[in-house]
Amino acid sequence: MGKTIAEKILSSHAGEDARAGNIVVCDLDFAFAQDGTAPLAIKAFDKMGQKRVFDTKKIALFIDHNAPSPSRDVSSLHRLMRDFAGKHQIRLYDVGEGICHQLVVEEGWVSAGDLVVGADSHTCTYGALNVFSTGVGSTDLAAAMASGKLWFRVPGTIKIFFKGKLLPGVYAKDLALYLTGKLGARGALYKSIELGGEVIKDLGIEARFTLSNMIMEVGAKAGIMLGDEKTEKWLAERSKRKIRFIEPDEGARYDKVLEFDVSRLVPQVARPHSVDNVVPVHEVEGTSIEEAFVGTCTNGRLEDLRVVGKILKDKKVHPEVRFMVAPASRRVYLDSMKEGILEIFIEAGAVLLPPGCGCCVGTHQGVPSGGENVISSANRNFKGRMGNPEAFIYLASPATVAASAIRGKITDPRRYL
Amino acid sequence: MKQKKKVLRGYAHKFGDDINTDYIISGRYKFKTLDSRELAKHLLEDIDPDFNKRKASGDLIVAGENFGCGSSREQAPLAIKYAGIGAVLAKSFARIFYRNAINIGLPIVQTNTEKIESGDELEIDLASGEVHVIKNNLCLKAEPFPSFILDIIEVGGLIEYFKKYGGWKIR
Repeated sequence: MGKTIAEKILSSHAGEDARAGNIVVCDLDFAFAQDGTAPLAIKAFDKMGQKRVFDTKKIALFIDHNAPSPSRDVSSLHRLMRDFAGKHQIRLYDVGEGICHQLVVEEGWVSAGDLVVGADSHTCTYGALNVFSTGVGSTDLAAAMASGKLWFRVPGTIKIFFKGKLLPGVYAKDLALYLTGKLGARGALYKSIELGGEVIKDLGIEARFTLSNMIMEVGAKAGIMLGDEKTEKWLAERSKRKIRFIEPDEGARYDKVLEFDVSRLVPQVARPHSVDNVVPVHEVEGTSIEEAFVGTCTNGRLEDLRVVGKILKDKKVHPEVRFMVAPASRRVYLDSMKEGILEIFIEAGAVLLPPGCGCCVGTHQGVPSGGENVISSANRNFKGRMGNPEAFIYLASPATVAASAIRGKITDPRRYL
Repeated sequence: MKQKKKVLRGYAHKFGDDINTDYIISGRYKFKTLDSRELAKHLLEDIDPDFNKRKASGDLIVAGENFGCGSSREQAPLAIKYAGIGAVLAKSFARIFYRNAINIGLPIVQTNTEKIESGDELEIDLASGEVHVIKNNLCLKAEPFPSFILDIIEVGGLIEYFKKYGGWKIR
């Protein structure tokens, strides 16, 4: 019987036949943690009595969630990470370098067919590069750093095809929100998703990251795409490793095969307080907003900032709106600066944050006040997510966020395109 | 170190579906400290501000589907454990939370929780996987753990497992 992509990658890394439902111990190609999870992982690593990491070239640490540090408590946790990285000679990306999920792909840490774990739930992002990557907790990450291996329950796979062609003003984020609304917060619990179809082929790599990133919000373990010439080009420009794409076998067994024709899809918005509470933008158009945010591992890349720049050009952010923008990495920051996009932001009255997670996790850089509405390009809108349980978070594409920031109310971005 | 208590007894606090890790312990606390006792004071604060006052040591969290969805924060099961909660029972668990709970030694029980109500006294036999609702003598069967995972649970978590075996037992 044929195998799915997940079964093939897990088999090759387990050195045995891995089928859905099996538990296997696999070799890892890369493992990392960020400042929300690394301190506990370091503590667990030490408690396990481990002296050495398995491979200094296959581990990295990232300071992105609280960067720069907002408090002395956080500073001491950052210090712990710096000390650990120095002691074990592993790469630490410090304040201002960017979000882990952007740096992992930008810096060529992963390649097609890899098996990757990260102590961050959105590690599934690299599925767009034909990688099996998934989030784990701190103690799992400690075990991974020590042994280079981790156990996996081989997931069953749901195959999803997107048919048609996206309309102008409709982006990968709209697709991701639409899918989350359709499947629900546990629609793919424990499953791997294979994402395919002509719509995916049409998307650029950055947009594909957005989609693979968001599969976490339906409970999935991985959101893997096939490799094509775009993937090959992206990887070749960033890594010297030989590229070997993994395809599913003929006759692979799927739990479900779903097909969505998205030719008529309009911009989507997730309403408070859950990511699967999704409606077409017109159902919430006119809802007043006080804060807007573009950035995060979902939508803080150059393509995203270009769209925002296009909409904001020669316009002003509404006087009663605070509009924060956080480029996903220093590279994105520099590239958008060279293209003149940052100038547009600043002239429009937006606030430029340093590369990193920005106000997504609610610890710094833009905590809303009680009763306020926020529109954000992030991936979660849980109550309290941005630091205040009395605020209301709407999720949308960067285009929808930008258009809404101009008008001070939720706005269909196609008015500006 | 074997898990000390194989039979747990406590009162149920019922929650719904899709209780995410942001709700279990908010990001505004989890980044600040490695002290799980400190985090435990804010357990479930954003969706149930009185929970901490109401709960007693040994009580049980009972939920619906997909408990612990969202972020990978291990602070979520840690905060539950250090708040003195005996176990979490749910119809299903989000996958990272499931692993984290096992790794840090928080007992989790996957079973049909529909008939359990807040305030019910429950007795859980972790070895046999049986949950008894005392008031009506209802007996619920828990989803058994695969033997590989049971090995981690038996020693009290992944840190103890690594200390005992020096790494993974298989391969």
